[in-house]
Amino acid sequence: MTTSPTQSVKFDIAKIRKEFPILQQQVNGHDLVYFDNAATSQKPLQVINSLIDYYTGYNANIHRGIHTLAEKATKAYEATREAAREFINAKHIEEVIFITRGVTEAINLVSHSYGRTFIGKGDEIIVSELEHHSNIVPWQMVCEERGSELKVIPIHDNGEINLDAFKNLLTSKTKLVVINHASNALGTINPIKEIAKLTHDAGAIILVDGAQAAAHLPVNVQDLDCDFYCISSHKMYGPTGAGILYGKKELLEKMPPFFGGGEMIKEVTFKKTTYNDLPYKFEAGTPNIADVIALKPAIEFIQDLGKATIAAHEHHLLKYATSELSSLSGIRLVGTAAHKVSIVSFVVEGIHHFDIGQMLDTRGIAVRTGHHCAQPLMDRLGIEGTVRASFAVYNTKEEIDKLVEGLDRIINFMK
Amino acid sequence: MSNFERHELRLQDLKMGINEVQTEIIEEFSLLEGDMEMTVFYVMELGQKLPEMSEADKTEENIVKGCQSKVWLTASIKDDKVYFVADSNTAITKGLVCLLIRIFNGQKPEAILGSDLYFMQKIGMERFIGTQRSNGFAAMIKQMKLYAFAFKTKMEVKS
Repeated sequence: MTTSPTQSVKFDIAKIRKEFPILQQQVNGHDLVYFDNAATSQKPLQVINSLIDYYTGYNANIHRGIHTLAEKATKAYEATREAAREFINAKHIEEVIFITRGVTEAINLVSHSYGRTFIGKGDEIIVSELEHHSNIVPWQMVCEERGSELKVIPIHDNGEINLDAFKNLLTSKTKLVVINHASNALGTINPIKEIAKLTHDAGAIILVDGAQAAAHLPVNVQDLDCDFYCISSHKMYGPTGAGILYGKKELLEKMPPFFGGGEMIKEVTFKKTTYNDLPYKFEAGTPNIADVIALKPAIEFIQDLGKATIAAHEHHLLKYATSELSSLSGIRLVGTAAHKVSIVSFVVEGIHHFDIGQMLDTRGIAVRTGHHCAQPLMDRLGIEGTVRASFAVYNTKEEIDKLVEGLDRIINFMK
Repeated sequence: MSNFERHELRLQDLKMGINEVQTEIIEEFSLLEGDMEMTVFYVMELGQKLPEMSEADKTEENIVKGCQSKVWLTASIKDDKVYFVADSNTAITKGLVCLLIRIFNGQKPEAILGSDLYFMQKIGMERFIGTQRSNGFAAMIKQMKLYAFAFKTKMEVKS
């Protein structure tokens, strides 16, 4: 028998919500309803406390210090690396590289280091129509610089990738396929394992933007067999200013460094510098120590609840929101793929998404409106933008009721 | 006769100054007692009363730069007084433009140029429209003053 996680004893939503102090507030005279989780998720106490502990207890620069605080900070920083390795099931710990700006920086690291070294004139990079600008623009820049060509996988009207079209795009010229695990604008979950297999069969490699997947879906990089996988900490209950780039060891080893400076060197003379080993070769300068350390309790928060439990609760919310929103007159859901993460995107007939967002804010409801940094996708769908509500583990059915009530009021007013 | 035409006539008849219109707006908004939802609904209602702009005027050239929403603005001068026509693709912005038009329409270029708009602070506008829309609002005012400046310069050249 399958029971909804909201009914199970183990899944105590009130207890989970208590761990997020930010949720206990009123916005514009109403209890905050935070539905902008695809932009950034809120942080549990254990993450916040970890930052406080670091700055009040053992703030020090890592790796080179021999004093006690430096040792403690280094250990904590490297403990996150091991936690992250386990979180995505990477084979080797040196395949886990910490970055500062999240997925955008991870993609730029690969596009600069791998792209500008191994992709050349006449080569092709395949992107999907579902991508965020941060997984389009860096590749356009590579193509412009190197004389390579960008090919685009089209989507079906429901927001699913057209796999047949993808197969036809793969040729001997294809060097790289870049695609998200889940779409930030529509929520579509892409069949990464299948896409990776097709990519490898064609002799190319694959980079996966995991920004919208890491907190919601199981991520097993060995099982998916992806070559690069990018994660933002702040979208998975962790702090801002940190992220993970996973890369297969054999690829990372042959890639040149992205940034030069401290930490990434073995030996420096004015004649010749030799680079440090993985992963430090790609971690020049003082990293964001505090936020990387506080990423570990975020990973633990997810693992303690269990991805399956989280996914079940969010799926429940998604199903409920989809059915409730569909019942409102004038609302059209955008993105109706069979497999989705907990994102509902929609347009309301005759009412601009900015107005909807502003009106919902007066009721303390936070949603995102606009093109969601996916203008080519909006063009393909023939719309300017959408209203997007994205759910996290701490959201409830009652909050969805408030969204529906707010929308109903706006629609009736604007009639 | 639309409310607007009536309003413009009243402006001319009573020679209502920019600050008097601002006072009127502040009084109207004070009736809403700071209720955010009601305030935004009211702004949108105002927008619905904005006289229609001809589709032919909704050109790229007439778009006010710096607004997140699309705002088109044109201006003309009649009997030394400036008249603006505007539209927007979003309802809230349309309401905001409507307030500006109500203040500036029928005023002399120098009055518009020398005006000091303070009603926004008094009605707590930033609180209910956010920073991005506030920036867009500032861009609209700037564009209106630019029009006034151009008319003033033209008039000076003529005389």
